Amino acid sequence: MSKITQMDALTLGKAIAAGEVKVTEATEEYLKSIKESDEKYNCYVTVDEEGAMKSASDVQARIEKGELKSPLAGVPVAIKDNMCTEGLLTTCSSKILYNFVPTYESTAVSKLRDAGAVILGKTNMDEFAMGSTTETSYFGPTKNPANPEHVPGGSSGGSAAAVAAGECAYALGSDTGGSIRQPASYCGVVGIKPTYGTVSRYGLIAYGSSLDQIGPLTRNVSDAAAVLTAIAGHDEKDSTSVNAKAKDYTKALTKDVKDIKIGIPRDYFGEGLDPEVASKVRAAADVLKNAGASVEEFDLSLVNYAIPAYYTIAAAEASSNLERFDGIKYGYRTEDYEGLHNMYKKSRSEGFGAEVKRRIMLGSFVLSSGYYDAYYLKALKVKALIKKAFDEAFAKYDIILGPVAPTPAPKLGESLSDPIKMYLGDIYTISVNLAGLPGISLPCGTSAEGLPIGVQLLADCFEEEKLFRTAYTYEQCK
Amino acid sequence: MSDYETVIGLEVHVELATKTKIFCGCSTEFGGEPNTHTCPVCTGMPGSLPVLNKQVLEYAIAVGLATNCDITRYCKFDRKNYFYPDNPQNYQISQLYLPICRNGHVDIKTESGTEKAVRIHEIHMEEDAGKLIHDDWLDASLVDYNRSGVPLIEIVSEPDMRSAEEVIAYLEKLRMTISYLGASDCKLQEGSMRADVNLSVRKVGDTEFGTRTEMKNLNSFKAIARAIAGETERQIDLIESGEKVIQETRRWDDDKEMSYAMRSKEDAQDYRYFPDPDLVPISVSEELLNEIKSREPEFREAKIVRYAEEFGLPEKDILLITENKHLADIFEETVSKGAPAKKVSNWLMVETMRLLKENNLDPEDIRFSPENLASLIELTEKKTVNSTVAKEIFEEMFKSDCDPVKYVEEHGLAMQNDEGALRETIAKVIADNPQSVDDYHNGKEKAIGFLVGQTMKAMQGKCDPGSVNRILKELL
Repeated sequence: MSKITQMDALTLGKAIAAGEVKVTEATEEYLKSIKESDEKYNCYVTVDEEGAMKSASDVQARIEKGELKSPLAGVPVAIKDNMCTEGLLTTCSSKILYNFVPTYESTAVSKLRDAGAVILGKTNMDEFAMGSTTETSYFGPTKNPANPEHVPGGSSGGSAAAVAAGECAYALGSDTGGSIRQPASYCGVVGIKPTYGTVSRYGLIAYGSSLDQIGPLTRNVSDAAAVLTAIAGHDEKDSTSVNAKAKDYTKALTKDVKDIKIGIPRDYFGEGLDPEVASKVRAAADVLKNAGASVEEFDLSLVNYAIPAYYTIAAAEASSNLERFDGIKYGYRTEDYEGLHNMYKKSRSEGFGAEVKRRIMLGSFVLSSGYYDAYYLKALKVKALIKKAFDEAFAKYDIILGPVAPTPAPKLGESLSDPIKMYLGDIYTISVNLAGLPGISLPCGTSAEGLPIGVQLLADCFEEEKLFRTAYTYEQCK
Repeated sequence: MSDYETVIGLEVHVELATKTKIFCGCSTEFGGEPNTHTCPVCTGMPGSLPVLNKQVLEYAIAVGLATNCDITRYCKFDRKNYFYPDNPQNYQISQLYLPICRNGHVDIKTESGTEKAVRIHEIHMEEDAGKLIHDDWLDASLVDYNRSGVPLIEIVSEPDMRSAEEVIAYLEKLRMTISYLGASDCKLQEGSMRADVNLSVRKVGDTEFGTRTEMKNLNSFKAIARAIAGETERQIDLIESGEKVIQETRRWDDDKEMSYAMRSKEDAQDYRYFPDPDLVPISVSEELLNEIKSREPEFREAKIVRYAEEFGLPEKDILLITENKHLADIFEETVSKGAPAKKVSNWLMVETMRLLKENNLDPEDIRFSPENLASLIELTEKKTVNSTVAKEIFEEMFKSDCDPVKYVEEHGLAMQNDEGALRETIAKVIADNPQSVDDYHNGKEKAIGFLVGQTMKAMQGKCDPGSVNRILKELL
């Protein structure tokens, strides 16, 4: 890594603001870094060299004119390939969108552009964000920079790996059941899923609409707070975006947890949790305890119901959300077909991968007449109960602390053969999406093999400030 | 045949008169080059999201209140999933579980005098689909998404109607109510109101309903009446010949006066309805309900009663004027400017209707203002202009809403009320036409008409024919 690509986003932003580094220079350095290592890691689906360089000189000019004040102005970023970027290929890592170039920009990306971000390209992901390893991508798996024989996690694996490999200063990901936090944990970076409704979903190609949320993947907590500040806010184009006052999350970055009550769910440390992960996560709790937080264990009920509820709701929404990919208006259309229905069938059979098809079938089934009440409605009831369990927990605690994933990153090729096992790996992350809560994944050590391990902090809805303050304190004290 | 009774329920789709679509800001204007009134939302592009147009909700509530429905205070949109190219997302955003209005009724009165209430099961909001165009030359189908996302309400009645006459009275009632609210122009021919007829037959006295069919493609009241007659006969024939009516959707071909099966219940699709997660549930506040209620106009029935009492107009006039709210509004405003009600009514019924018909326009297209109509009537009342000139002015007013007073001044159309000048002219006409004068004196009454005409011509029409007649007789 060069000096520039070693800097975190805010440090680079400062150097750019001070005139010590030119935006074009920073962009060139990152493009060089991508050229050097992306063949190995496959973090990107699309690298937009020309667009990035053009944007870099524009941003440089605007900074010099004093038009850009954001601490992120001029800092190069990578965007997960499920966020629409005007004029730039957006594939969701699927064959069915292999040629899709949006004519519009997602709100999160447009907010970053307004802040002066330089977009390097689009990162690899599990197809339509369905997967936990980035192996379901049509464009091949991304490798974990900590050890390329291992997966980077998913579905925002390309974004997490790009941050870890120094192929971007920071990245945007999306999290439906852990897709930001889990790859952050596997790759040793910071990832936050904000409260549902904090970041506009306009332009985010939906997987599970009621669960999807965009968030940053960064080198440290301060960068995460700065990026979230830039992308959060009400958007009238998204009815589910919360109409709240804009916040500056960087103001929450103080080293002080004396008033913070931390609860650790006993249920999270039971069967299936790797002992190495358990001990690193407990050590992280000790760091916060030593910094003045109160820490105690409690019973968070319903943990085991989260996975079936999640896969029912997410698959149901996905089965409907993905209907628009039919080969008619855009994207892949089969070569030979006879009539409309044959065209639909062949285009979709050839255009979607196995995991996506599995979830479309599952979702179509749970919404079918005669099964709707038994599956979909029941899952919604479980979702409400899980939210209630968290409400009760947050009446007692400010922060819930636990693991992100049961193990460090598995080896490539180990997960897809057993989808149920892969789904069970989401146990610590998905209830957060069901309850709409904010959650952050922080690096808390490495395994004996040298693979990163993450600790997850959760807060009540719209309590991102507490989350950032606790995370920042941990990062400073560890 | 008389052993049977026909049982009919209707599903009526009404296109709402909003300027923009239900979930995006695109124009709802009819026509336009294909795919020009479109955006990522109404073409189902990935990542786009729907946002409810509040006007749609308000119109739906207004229709619900006017049809005595309960308004669902916590309502939601659902997705109806089915694949078809005119449906860009391959799901239609509609309402199944919590529709905006439920349990209403309207009172109808048929031509032959039957009065009854037709219950409304529900009214829900939904989006319209695009339009498929089959191009024989290209041997391909093309899609135009200009209509995609145009707001609709679907009004579902209970099976309370027993004849085509009742169906038409019900549709007329809905049309009148909805157009008075300004929520839609409700034109069957243009598709802004579409009715699907659910029909079954049963023996008179039976309490169970027979198997029903649903009939589509009914584009006029006449077509509806014919389709009801045709389907009733078809079903009775089936039953009489020992066959069964199959529950199915049928398409009416009005030219052939026959219906064709489109799809049976067996191949009915499973729409996999579920609440749309992209749209937040709607809470209808008490304030909004009150606000909408307070904006409710005086409906036709009330106007009919009031016009008879207040203005003493003949029934024929009242029915014609109240047929259209815009027309009724013009009438009332013109009267409020001081014009006599019957005179206003005459202008609307005769000249206005004639010009609308000649120019192929609707009452909505009327451009002249009540002020100008009132001042034109005043000009005729004061005999500033005669009726021929008044009609000429009105034609101009109809075109350009000109001010009749100014028009009269600019074109020098005021009548000559100077009797001296008129007498001089008449004396000259008498002198110039001795033959007619003789004829008159010889008892040919008609000759006076010629002399009046000559006088009017000499005065360039700017005189009152009554006065001419009087003076002529006097001088002769």
